Amino acid sequence: MRYIEPHAHMVSRVTDDYLAMVMAGCAAVCEPAFWAGFDRGSAQGFHDYFCQLTDYEPRRAARYGLPHYSWLCINPKESEDIGLAREVLAIIPDFLGRDNVLGIGEIGLNKNTRNEMTILEEHVRLAAEHDRMILVHTPHLEDKWKGTRLIMDVLRAEKRIMPDRVIIDHVEEHTIGMVLDAGFWAGITLYPESKCTPARAVDMFETSGGERLWLNCACDWGQSDPLAVPKAAVEMRRRGYSDEAIERLIFVNPLRFLSQSKKFRIRE
Amino acid sequence: MDRQEVLDLYFVDARARLIDIAAFLDRLERGHAAEDFRAEAFRRALKELEKPGADRAERVLMALSDQTREPIPTAPGKGACGAAPAS
Repeated sequence: MRYIEPHAHMVSRVTDDYLAMVMAGCAAVCEPAFWAGFDRGSAQGFHDYFCQLTDYEPRRAARYGLPHYSWLCINPKESEDIGLAREVLAIIPDFLGRDNVLGIGEIGLNKNTRNEMTILEEHVRLAAEHDRMILVHTPHLEDKWKGTRLIMDVLRAEKRIMPDRVIIDHVEEHTIGMVLDAGFWAGITLYPESKCTPARAVDMFETSGGERLWLNCACDWGQSDPLAVPKAAVEMRRRGYSDEAIERLIFVNPLRFLSQSKKFRIRE
Repeated sequence: MDRQEVLDLYFVDARARLIDIAAFLDRLERGHAAEDFRAEAFRRALKELEKPGADRAERVLMALSDQTREPIPTAPGKGACGAAPAS
């Protein structure tokens, strides 16, 4: 079995996880910028984080022959401070030319506030100006449905953004339909308690058709599982899916989306 | 999968989760705490399980969701609690 892990926060993981992922068949890993669990105090803190994502982390993954890609942004949890957010937005273009940077992400909303919306709009504009793909984080739990609608409004308002170059992540049963109907890609995140189980993910795959869909683990510093995608593959196998059908979802689909960036190259 | 295969594959797991929910409700009952919006939302969501249709997961999620439409002025905090007060 081979798969692509399109959303993992490897800076929070130990090196053993890289080894385990490669042994499970991981062919590439993508790492969007996210919240560290505390608010960073300055744009310099983000500068150092972006260096970690674009320099140190690819080298750590390369020790296991694993291509590592990244997405850059200031995450919505820190967007309430508009002054800091704009300072961070100003340094992102310095990193967009780096070899492993695929686009802007994971941007979106957290508590669906006006300031979060403002910074989301500015991120979307930045992606449009630099012709980059977008990876979207949708809010947690009770805020997801409303936040997903608001995010799609922002994306649709920027006419330079093509929906098939945007993946809206962390969809669940009440949001996947609106995302796919609008032409975006949808990401299902396998994460304990707050997101989705393998069984529910396979249910959504079956009911949505699965054409513009990927699975990811979003492993980070919380209780999470870097092997969640291959475990979902086991769930598919339990339901009788062929190896070819499984690979189409966990390898070919993310490859189709990510290959829209010329930088994304893996051994096929 | 046909219905028999679903039962063969998932019944025991679903049974365990059902008992977990029952035990959670018992725990709430014993707690003697004042009712709050999360428990109310949970009970609203439970009612969706009894209704027919193959979209219960979606309806339960909606019962637990903030269904207002406008952005809020400021964030009350960073976290989510899992349910929205009835609007």
